[in-house]
Amino acid sequence: MTAPFLGDALGPRGRRTTRIVSVLSALVIAGFVAVAISRLGDRGQLDESRWEPFTDPSVQRFLLEGLRATVEVAVVSMIGAIVIGALMALARLSRTPPVRWLATTYVEFFRGVPLILLIFFSAFGLPSYGVDLSVFWYLALGLIIYNGAVLGEIFRAGILSLDRGQSEAAYSLGLTYWQSMLLVVIPQAARRMIPAIVSQLVTLLKDTSLGAAIGYFELLRRARVTGEFYVNPLQALFVAAVMYIIVNFALSRLARWLEVRQRRRFGAGSISVTGVEDLAVVGAQAQAAMGGAGGTAT
Amino acid sequence: MSVVFDNLDVFLEGMRRTLELSVLSFAIAMVLGTIVAGFRVSPVPPLRWAGTTYVELVRNTPLLVLMFIMVFGFPSIGLTYSYYVSAIIVLSAYTGTFVSETVRSGINAVSTGQAEAARAIGLTFPQTLSLVVMPQALRTVVAPLGGIFIALLKNSSLAVAINVPELTSAAEDIGTATASFIPAYLGAAAAYLMLTVPSGFAVAWIERKVAIKR
Repeated sequence: MTAPFLGDALGPRGRRTTRIVSVLSALVIAGFVAVAISRLGDRGQLDESRWEPFTDPSVQRFLLEGLRATVEVAVVSMIGAIVIGALMALARLSRTPPVRWLATTYVEFFRGVPLILLIFFSAFGLPSYGVDLSVFWYLALGLIIYNGAVLGEIFRAGILSLDRGQSEAAYSLGLTYWQSMLLVVIPQAARRMIPAIVSQLVTLLKDTSLGAAIGYFELLRRARVTGEFYVNPLQALFVAAVMYIIVNFALSRLARWLEVRQRRRFGAGSISVTGVEDLAVVGAQAQAAMGGAGGTAT
Repeated sequence: MSVVFDNLDVFLEGMRRTLELSVLSFAIAMVLGTIVAGFRVSPVPPLRWAGTTYVELVRNTPLLVLMFIMVFGFPSIGLTYSYYVSAIIVLSAYTGTFVSETVRSGINAVSTGQAEAARAIGLTFPQTLSLVVMPQALRTVVAPLGGIFIALLKNSSLAVAINVPELTSAAEDIGTATASFIPAYLGAAAAYLMLTVPSGFAVAWIERKVAIKR
């Protein structure tokens, strides 16, 4: 039995109470589900005619094309954001103060501003300055700038989470700053950051749906169009939501699996990412991990 | 930049609305998330499953999809709310999943000896959870919860997509009216930073206040 968290196994009375509450709560939940289904049925939302369009191969192709567009912009943005994030992390750890200040300003500014504002900025603001890009790149630009700042913090936390002894040992062997970074610190830190990067990819993938607001024809936009055409908005959005959930659930599971594997290998050093939406959490965890590591190491 | 200063009252009104939207949604999300976290660690399987299903489904759906389902999908089953109420419902439901995950990690961080001691003196599960475990768990997750509130401040900007007036829509209105989008967006960015940065300090202060000295 998967033991619920609160200590040791229940006694006979606790087990009986649990059984009674289980039955009661199952009834309540079943009641809710029944009300929801009958409500859907009463309004004709379960009628075959409303769901039939999704059996049509051309509609399926239309939505899958949308999923492809979503994944495409997510992958391109992720690559761009990883590059920017790596540069920002290195710059924030730089020993030249102005470089550090610039990177800190970039990260703090773009982390504190909503993504949709950046996307509006690039889609509606830049054209008035003569910048002419496709809507794909307006969206990608917003996503890259924002996630670059977020990943910059994750990378920095990853590098800082590594024991100081590693770089000290590298210096004492006569390696330069960059040699110790590239040969010793980054290869180890990168491995610790992989779960955090995958989980940021989930956030980024969800955020690509903002493309619908500036006219990029991705999954959400196509679902809206389908819903308007067949007059079944609820069903169309439901299908889109299921598609998002499948992809994101798989990625979340991957991140969790990677994190558990990491934990086993490196102990407390890895940065926890499960259930984390904002980076402040990752930062706090990294600090806690560092404090913990410092306490045990010395 | 005169665009910003000429329309300062519009920006201030936008800030007020963004703050209102976020604080209301966060209050609901805290209650919802804490209850769901309780469900997920309870010994009652149906409650655990219900909690897990809610968290995994809602967390993995983009916020904008949830907003569209609420505003364009739900009216066809007779659930029609004003855009403002819809935005609050969706933001609370979405944020509630993250609160739940965070509180749950806080509960797991409380040593099992606490719960065992509570049971040894005869407390029931709800008593153990609410009187012994939760007060300690919530203290340890103040910083992550603060992070979630800041994320919510930014996420509330998506309400612009369903016609709820707030800071982002204020910037859009000013940009459209004056045909100068860039200053308007920069003004909004500054206004968001004026909300998010002090929130970060406030969280740090609360964290110091509630910390248990061991």
